[in-house]
Amino acid sequence: MSDEKKSGRIKPLATGDMTIPPAGAKMIPIYIMGREYIVPETLTIMKAVEYAGYKYIRGCGCRGGICGACGTFYRFIGDYRLRAGLACQTVAEPNIVIMQLPFFPANRPSYNLEDADGSPHEMLRTLYPEVFKCVGCGTCTRTCPMDIDVMDYIALMKRGDLKGAAHKSFDCVMCGLCASRCPAQISQFTAAMFIRRVFGRHILPKAGHLKKRIEEVLSGKYEKMLEALKGMERDDVKRLYVGREREPDMAVAGKWMPKDREHL
Amino acid sequence: MGGYMADFMELIKKVEATRPSRVERAKKGDHFPALTMEQRQEWLNEYHPDYKAEGRRPIRVGPNKGTVVPEEIAGLLESRAVVDAMRVDLTNIAYSTDLLVIGAGGAGTAAALSAAEAGLKVLISTKLRHGDSNTVMAEGGIQAATQEADSPYFHYLDVIGGGHFSNEPGLVAALANDAPLIIGWLEGLGMMFDKEADGRLMARHGGGTSRKRMHSAGDMTGAEIMRVLRDEAGNRRDSIKVLEFSPAVELLLDEKGGAAGAVLYNLETKEYYVVKAKAVLISTGGFGRLHIQGFPTTNHYGATADGVVMAYRAGVRLKDMDSTQYHPTGAVYPEQNVGLLITEKVRGLGAHVLNADGVEFCFPLEPRDVESACIIRECLDRGKGVLTPTGRLGVWLDSPMIEMLHGEGSVRRELPAKYIQFKRYDIDISRLPMLIYPTLHYQNGGIEINEFSETSIKGLFSAGEVAGGVHGRNRLMGNSLLDVLVFGRRAGIRAAEYSKSCGGANTLSLRHVVDYGKALKEAGITNPVVAPMLLPDYAPAHVKARQYSF
Repeated sequence: MSDEKKSGRIKPLATGDMTIPPAGAKMIPIYIMGREYIVPETLTIMKAVEYAGYKYIRGCGCRGGICGACGTFYRFIGDYRLRAGLACQTVAEPNIVIMQLPFFPANRPSYNLEDADGSPHEMLRTLYPEVFKCVGCGTCTRTCPMDIDVMDYIALMKRGDLKGAAHKSFDCVMCGLCASRCPAQISQFTAAMFIRRVFGRHILPKAGHLKKRIEEVLSGKYEKMLEALKGMERDDVKRLYVGREREPDMAVAGKWMPKDREHL
Repeated sequence: MGGYMADFMELIKKVEATRPSRVERAKKGDHFPALTMEQRQEWLNEYHPDYKAEGRRPIRVGPNKGTVVPEEIAGLLESRAVVDAMRVDLTNIAYSTDLLVIGAGGAGTAAALSAAEAGLKVLISTKLRHGDSNTVMAEGGIQAATQEADSPYFHYLDVIGGGHFSNEPGLVAALANDAPLIIGWLEGLGMMFDKEADGRLMARHGGGTSRKRMHSAGDMTGAEIMRVLRDEAGNRRDSIKVLEFSPAVELLLDEKGGAAGAVLYNLETKEYYVVKAKAVLISTGGFGRLHIQGFPTTNHYGATADGVVMAYRAGVRLKDMDSTQYHPTGAVYPEQNVGLLITEKVRGLGAHVLNADGVEFCFPLEPRDVESACIIRECLDRGKGVLTPTGRLGVWLDSPMIEMLHGEGSVRRELPAKYIQFKRYDIDISRLPMLIYPTLHYQNGGIEINEFSETSIKGLFSAGEVAGGVHGRNRLMGNSLLDVLVFGRRAGIRAAEYSKSCGGANTLSLRHVVDYGKALKEAGITNPVVAPMLLPDYAPAHVKARQYSF
């Protein structure tokens, strides 16, 4: 053990979720729904709002850019441009004027996924006729905090390229900012959700090896093996664990086979 | 403000200098030697935060009285109720349902769907929005033995060995056995799995796996699972009702001590609602936002152990609550990304973990606790960490070598969400490595359940991160997404059977809460905190100093 550690000179480094502003951090003015607060620079909008003393109920979820709870519109004083981002991912810069949009009503009709087998494009037209009224203004694309080309996937949907629309919309966190700005009143993110599920269920090829394995599980094939493991002494399980053969990293799935085939 | 500073760029040159030879060796399947079982134990004892005596104490009341747990958890369990139990009008029932699901993440939603399929009326109560959960944040994948070279037998061995043989064998067997069924269920619900052209599920290694069985949807596997499940729940509005921003704060029991509902709290109107239910599921997720030992966390905003607190007050035993998973790779730079999870998939794709000299010091795919211990050792003991401007230490995770192993563009393709998250700060992780350090990731222990997700209280079920025993004292990557779905489904199915036969409660009671309050007094606990905590408090000191009201 190093001397440094023994003497306890290294202090615990972590500090929970509170940001440590860098030494000598500059303080900047930000405007939360118009009211001025002075916060250290480099904070995300979310952490700046908390630094100002707000406690979130709505508008805060994963704090990691994936849940879509913290969609935010903002402008800078003296700049006409309206910008959008996720509060947990966007850095608050001087003179930013912030308004979070924790919720936006979306059109989201119910459907039965199994019905989408035959003509999903027709089903899209029935469920989301407004998709076909896109005026192509591109505001959704400019608004998307995930840099998704929303207008493009809407165009693909209209054209019936569901595969393209599913892939192009895949990064969507469903924050709803696109829908809030759409002059054609489209709820892009719910329509895209429908298309992705149709694609995953009816268009993407099924996994043959999975089907076979499910049949094996349902037939009870592994119950005896698992029962035996459950009843085993710890040292015996340990021995089996240590003796496991590791599938090589570059092995091709479905080609490489282990020496122990008795337990497959 | 973007990008790495000049002195970091200097240090990164050391990483670049060793990269070509490391990539050559990796291509040959040659890797840094893994630790032996004895070394693993030694490293854990010496460096893992769970194995330290400080910051822990015995719980003084309740079914686990005497068990040593972290200070933060002991304090939360020795807590008083949010509501005045005597004042709640239990005859004023706001909702009556077959199954009440508390917590709408992966486990809760899977249970609701299964119960609805079996004909139940389900009420879901959730603190934030439907789907706000750690499930959303799980990136790398979901394990299941679907490939020919694999089977539930090998999956079982990996899980129990990764958990240092402290897992409940029955739960492990259920997990491994149901895994392929869960993947099939998700495929049928239209989840966009990463697949080959012929439909074969892509599969990768994770830390501690003997077979490649990690299935994924980009690097947002959990988010994809959650949005698919939530969407399906949205198609079943006739049988599944969701109450958002209305967390449960207390369980209700019936005259025989069985689960009979809960008291919900509307965070916005500040009303309490009495819910009567034939069966209750606790699926409230983990405790990352308790910031055990001051660690940052990868967890979502609501991960405050509410379910554990409610169940404990009602008399349910907890297990392994002293066991916390520190994910080896949390971002420590830039400051805005601190605590952010860097999926294990990065190492699954072959990225090395390197010290300040650009040199490897451990096998990158050790079980998570061991990998964390290795990184803490390198930084705190061997002094080979990189210091950030905000006083944090980290080591390099060499993502650019993924491009060299799997071809140009593979980082952007395999890790789209991570790529974007760093790109925001002008760091291109396909060209430059990431700086990482362990971060609080997962509650290993929790409510004691059996393989049908049943607790010791009749009609009370629990599933997901809030429950303990599945992973023992250490969880492998890709088994938590699996856990929430396996035990969520099992809970929903069992709850359906139970609620059809149980008849339902005659009277509702909060007596257990009153009794628990008395036990606190008897134990001499005079100033208990109020729990469930519901939301963490991040107000800084300068704000608190001016909050003068009572």
